[in-house]
Amino acid sequence: MAEKTVEHLDTVTIRFAGDSGDGMQLTGNRFTSVSALVGNDVATLPDFPAEIRAPAGSLPGVSGFQLHFADHDILTPGDEPDVLVAMNPAALKANLDELPKGATIIVNSDAFTKPNLKKARYDSDPRHDGSLEGYRVYEVPVTELTIGALEDVDLSKKAKERAKNMFALGLMSWMFSRPLDPTIEWIESKFAGAPEVASANITALKAGYNFGETTEIFSHRYEVEPAQDLPPGTYRQITGNQAISYGLVAASERSGLPLFLGGYPITPASDVLHELARHKNFGVRTFQAEDEISGVGAALGASFAGQLGATVTSGPGVALKTETIGLAVAVELPLLVLNVQRGGPSTGLPTKTEQADLLQAMFGRNGEAPVPVIAASTPGDCFDAAVEGARLALKYRTPVFVLSDGYLANGAEPWRIPDVEDLPDLTDLPDFVAPPEDGEAFEPFARDPETLARPWAVPGTPGREHRVGGLEKADRTGNISYDPENHHHMTQMRQAKVDRIADDIPPLAVGEDSDADADVLVAGWGSTAGPIKAAVRRVRARGHKVARVHFHHLNPMPANTGELLGRYRRVLVPEMNNGQLSFLLRARYLVDAVGYNRISGLPFGSGELADAIVEQIQALEQDAAPTR
Amino acid sequence: MSDVQTLTRKDFSSDQEVRWCPGCGDYAILNTVQGVMPDLGLPREDIVFVSGIGCAARFPYYMETYGFHGIHGRAPAIATGIAAARPELKVFVATGDGDALSIGGNHLIHAMRRNTDLTILMFNNQIYGLTKGQYSPTSELGKITKSTPHGSLEVPFNPVSVALGAEASFVARSIDNERQHLADMIKRAAEHRGAAFVEIYQNCNIFNDGAFDAVRKNVPNQIRLEHGEPVRFGEHGQHGVVMAGGSELEVVDVEGAEPAEGETLGAQRRLVPPDQLLVHDAHRDDAGLAFALSRLAHTPTGPTPIGLFRQVERPEYGEQMQAQLDDARLRKGSGDLQGLLTGSDTWTVGADASSNGHGGNGQA
Ligand SMILES: Cc1ncc(C[n+]2csc(CCOP(=O)(O)OP(=O)(O)O)c2C)c(N)n1
Ligand code: SF4
Ligand SMILES: [Mg+2]
Repeated sequence: MAEKTVEHLDTVTIRFAGDSGDGMQLTGNRFTSVSALVGNDVATLPDFPAEIRAPAGSLPGVSGFQLHFADHDILTPGDEPDVLVAMNPAALKANLDELPKGATIIVNSDAFTKPNLKKARYDSDPRHDGSLEGYRVYEVPVTELTIGALEDVDLSKKAKERAKNMFALGLMSWMFSRPLDPTIEWIESKFAGAPEVASANITALKAGYNFGETTEIFSHRYEVEPAQDLPPGTYRQITGNQAISYGLVAASERSGLPLFLGGYPITPASDVLHELARHKNFGVRTFQAEDEISGVGAALGASFAGQLGATVTSGPGVALKTETIGLAVAVELPLLVLNVQRGGPSTGLPTKTEQADLLQAMFGRNGEAPVPVIAASTPGDCFDAAVEGARLALKYRTPVFVLSDGYLANGAEPWRIPDVEDLPDLTDLPDFVAPPEDGEAFEPFARDPETLARPWAVPGTPGREHRVGGLEKADRTGNISYDPENHHHMTQMRQAKVDRIADDIPPLAVGEDSDADADVLVAGWGSTAGPIKAAVRRVRARGHKVARVHFHHLNPMPANTGELLGRYRRVLVPEMNNGQLSFLLRARYLVDAVGYNRISGLPFGSGELADAIVEQIQALEQDAAPTR
Repeated sequence: MSDVQTLTRKDFSSDQEVRWCPGCGDYAILNTVQGVMPDLGLPREDIVFVSGIGCAARFPYYMETYGFHGIHGRAPAIATGIAAARPELKVFVATGDGDALSIGGNHLIHAMRRNTDLTILMFNNQIYGLTKGQYSPTSELGKITKSTPHGSLEVPFNPVSVALGAEASFVARSIDNERQHLADMIKRAAEHRGAAFVEIYQNCNIFNDGAFDAVRKNVPNQIRLEHGEPVRFGEHGQHGVVMAGGSELEVVDVEGAEPAEGETLGAQRRLVPPDQLLVHDAHRDDAGLAFALSRLAHTPTGPTPIGLFRQVERPEYGEQMQAQLDDARLRKGSGDLQGLLTGSDTWTVGADASSNGHGGNGQA
């Protein structure tokens, strides 16, 4: 066999696509883990249907996993794939539109049968009718080769066929020079109880790798060097849902308060409940309630009882929790509300991403009920957002919203593992009221002069028995009060308490990738951080000047926000919604913010954003032109 | 702080002005509960009263314990969080028929099913009191109220049947003005480990006065259930209950018993010798008998059972949750945060890139 040419690439985007039952998510995840382990920077975009198993071979049943890996720091899962692995005709059809000409397509030729073509609504076989012109197409009989490799294995044909994703993974591992060992170890531990299955998967994986090595079809293989420009440190791969879970555990450990998570399963937030349920040795209590209302109610009850109460959900769940969050505002107890946003309204797009719950978090309660809002910007940042959410909740005795989204939740990136000692020390924040020394009276609604937080006296503390509730309370004593002046005062106090947080958070600062003399500022929040950064990179590479700012705290916003926004002639706000941050910036700071809004269930591509930015820059340049 | 031995009723009375309508049955319940508290032998600080919204739900404000006045229907949820987080606390839920069975029905049944250590006192006045008199899920069929001027079209819940169906491990019923009986039921409920449900017939003298007169005023109609005793009632115990084939129960007259004034035993009901009367067994595994007893009176218009329907031992939720945590710590050791964050697959970038968690390419 001829030595194959090894070509060096600096960045590659692969999309694995197949039937929901084909194991594409797993394949993508394994490829990602190994890529991270060899030191590439990685970013991923799993994209799967809401149905668990739509009819096999059908277009709605296509499940995809896009992975971007590179020898440098990357910010998005890639706009367009360089390589598509299509396990059946439907997977090819569903993804072809997004594939640029020149891209590589690897198809499982065994799946291109008449019935499958029909299910994918192909009138003719795309491999032979010119549809794939301009692409580098490799046809590999993946199913047949997998079954062939497993000839001697004592498993049913169906079970053997199921290993074909491992064959595909092996082949791609060969093509991009990834080691197999980590995946072999992983298979061994995952199927420890079923050695037959483990060995079949390993055999298929190796068969795929060897096929690449020996076949004449492929003349090239590729290499992507480890990324050198990541900050030094020890890294691991992490998804947003993992990071948010770890953030909660960390907040619990660092505050000394046991974590109580009240939840109810909902995509894409359930994995946080699953993850936390595994960490009982951290004293984590997870409560799968009968509904979202009960989940948040129990979390608030746990807070009253002196624990770190948290609830995790997605938009529809937040809608149900609304009244209880208002109660938490009224009783002034810490509570974390984590919203992993998904497409709405209503059930919307359960498995797709969106950032359209910002105003729900801001305003979705009756009465004047201000709640601090924080948003995570990358999968790893979900960790910091959860810790920061806990810090604010405990310090200010308030419910806090932490917003993530489907893209962050399921997307993975390398995460620099923090040293526990460097995490915020929250031990002083709970500050439970001690029993009285000499019968002194207790005022449950007196306030700390600095934070305006009220004292937290937990059951079991003698002499501090008191009652809280949703009825308006008299200042200091907490007795029921219908007094008009008192209600006005308490309303302003609750607002002032949240407003004060503005002085307790870092000021807004433009990214270091910003031009000092830019006219256009791109302002983002949440998961658009990566695409926006990447777009700014492109725009500057094209020779334009631009600045960039990212909001982590959305309520309150940093104290210098108005001043910073005012420095620019134009503020462009890209959002996966119809302009919710724009709305806030316009209302609060009277800036004429311009939106770039697309609500497709997918993260922005950096290319489309770069175009939108350049359009704004050029519009300003034309305005300034002397001929006008 | 509080010396448990010397606590009295007064120690459990908060300084808040009680705001129920004069004559409301809630006063009697409050008095009784405050009177029972010292008998529980618990320090005040370990007791929490949680409620939803309604007249009944104002209850926590009047108790000198920890208290949480929640939102409509959600008391069992909040209380579950408290009890699961801190199984050592004694958590009571004070709730109304609307609060518990209408808006909060879902939470109520699941709290009972889970067997969380909650003492749930449901003040049933068969009406929405606080919102001024609409029919409730326990109002009788045909009830005329502001929202049902032509009569309610809904068959009411029998709260005891609901609780039994929802797997509550302690189910009892009492009446606001039956101090002794009510105190006894509440005390036994509070001493029960698990979800205890006590339905309390409560007179709302403003919007539904006299709803329970058939048992409240007419004491002989109270079928007082006593574990291990024949089920008998009437002025002289001249009526009773027998098994009537299958799971049906039948109200009968008791042979040889003294009739009430002007009453002829056996005229309206079957006459049965005393040794054939049903002997109440509150601790039977099977809830069928208790359920059948609850069906003797769907709404209290005639002879109606009160007392302890059922009490069985079942593992308590909060304790079991704690046991899982303890067990995890025993098996895996206390959580190591750095270990959790690091996980098993790591690689190192930069200066001290000497180690890899998992055979990755270390680089310097
Ligand atoms: C979400 C919500 N819906 C409606 C109400 C209005 N509301 C308050 S109390 C109540 C009914 C209370 O009836 P019940 O639980 O029987 O208590 P009672 O007043 O009879 O003791 C209603 C409907 C409310 N406070 N909150
Ligand atoms: S309305 Fe009825 S239940 Fe409410 S306080 Fe008055 S009498 Fe009692
Ligand atoms: Mg009522």
